[in-house]
Amino acid sequence: MTATGPATVPVTAALALGDDALVLSHRLGEWAGQAPVLEEEVALANIALDLLGQARFLLSMAGDEDELAYLREERAFRNLQLAEQPNGDFAHTIARQLYFSTYQQLLYAELAAGEGPFAPLAAKAVKEVTYHRDHAEQWTLRLGDGTETSHERMRRACEALWKFTGEMFQPVEGLDADWAGLDRRWQESVADVLGRATLPLPEGPRTGAWSAGAGRQGLHTEPFGRMLAEMQHLHRSHPGASW
Amino acid sequence: MVTATALEAELLELAGSVPDPELPVLTLQELGVVRAVHLHDGDTVEVDLTPTYTGCPAIEAMSVDIEQVLRAHGMREVTVRTVLTPAWSTDDISPEGRRKLQEFGIAPPRVRGGASGPVPLTLAPTRTEDGPTRPAAPTAPTGPITLTDPTAPIGPATLTDPAALTDPAAPSDLTGPVRCPHCGSAETELLSRFSSTACKALRRCLACREPFDHFKEL
Repeated sequence: MTATGPATVPVTAALALGDDALVLSHRLGEWAGQAPVLEEEVALANIALDLLGQARFLLSMAGDEDELAYLREERAFRNLQLAEQPNGDFAHTIARQLYFSTYQQLLYAELAAGEGPFAPLAAKAVKEVTYHRDHAEQWTLRLGDGTETSHERMRRACEALWKFTGEMFQPVEGLDADWAGLDRRWQESVADVLGRATLPLPEGPRTGAWSAGAGRQGLHTEPFGRMLAEMQHLHRSHPGASW
Repeated sequence: MVTATALEAELLELAGSVPDPELPVLTLQELGVVRAVHLHDGDTVEVDLTPTYTGCPAIEAMSVDIEQVLRAHGMREVTVRTVLTPAWSTDDISPEGRRKLQEFGIAPPRVRGGASGPVPLTLAPTRTEDGPTRPAAPTAPTGPITLTDPTAPIGPATLTDPAALTDPAAPSDLTGPVRCPHCGSAETELLSRFSSTACKALRRCLACREPFDHFKEL
């Protein structure tokens, strides 16, 4: 896929954004055939497809999209650790979606308003991400303010992923954004949704020694290696294979 | 395209006449995704194509189809470029495209509109007490006219007739209901924000009970 853009591209930033989209897309794709209801099967696959489209543009800005997706080792990926977390139960997937889509919507809106090399993609994608965030919000409300069981599972999921949320607001080289402002607005937005969902705002650190936060530097959590093995297996075994 | 030559205009029309691979009732021109055609050296041509959704898999099939059509028209080299700016919007779907979507059983997107500018309004026959009446014959003007256009032809309904706004073919703005493409009822409910493709939501009509796709606003 060819994308038109300026000749000089901040590769670090293109990889960071592209890897977030690629890795989360793959995780969401793992729900295919296993989602709780047909509508969710379709919804998660569609969200995955939007993210894959973003990834293709972003990785193409940094190099050859297929080589970058299929032939890099784990340590060369620059995605957030949040994006690579396993799907868990449906509540974990929704909590991951709420945290990530809120982040992505705020960041893309800011990039779209600027004049940098990511503005065209951000302006396009932010409209799609708005639907992703709405999907996550509606499910958070339904599960949080649902039965005792759904409330408890949604609460556990939000808490389990909380430590991965500080990393999102570490500055990325080549991205001109107000990171502290984004973090503040992210916290307000998530607190608002959780409040309406009768869920407590998780406590515990979002940054520091007891939190995650090195995905952007190429350090990943254990489940990522297994995910990558599955994602890259076909291409590595049969280089150049096509339909 | 101010500088378009006659041949470029012809090629643009040809590229735009290609049917959408996923919604074959629509042409690419009606979908609003073919942006421009640039001709170089008489038989080398570049086509600017914009995706509806970033991940829309149909864009590759569209590119291949456009290449075939233009090659068959004597072009030696055809390059289809993907352009993102300005981002495609469902407002880019033509009035004819909206009408075809509805006939195909897909509720067309409501008009997002900008903060400025008049909202397109399509005039249509009045409703009777028996329910919505579909236009019997295409005698009425079908294109959108705007309230600010004094030269626009007036159809069977008048601008002050509120019934004109309730025809299912009339595009409503985002505050209006999504109407059932089958029976025209405004009483419909959302089943899922995502449907058979990323660009559609799944809804159900509470009057005729039919489920239907809604081309959601983007």
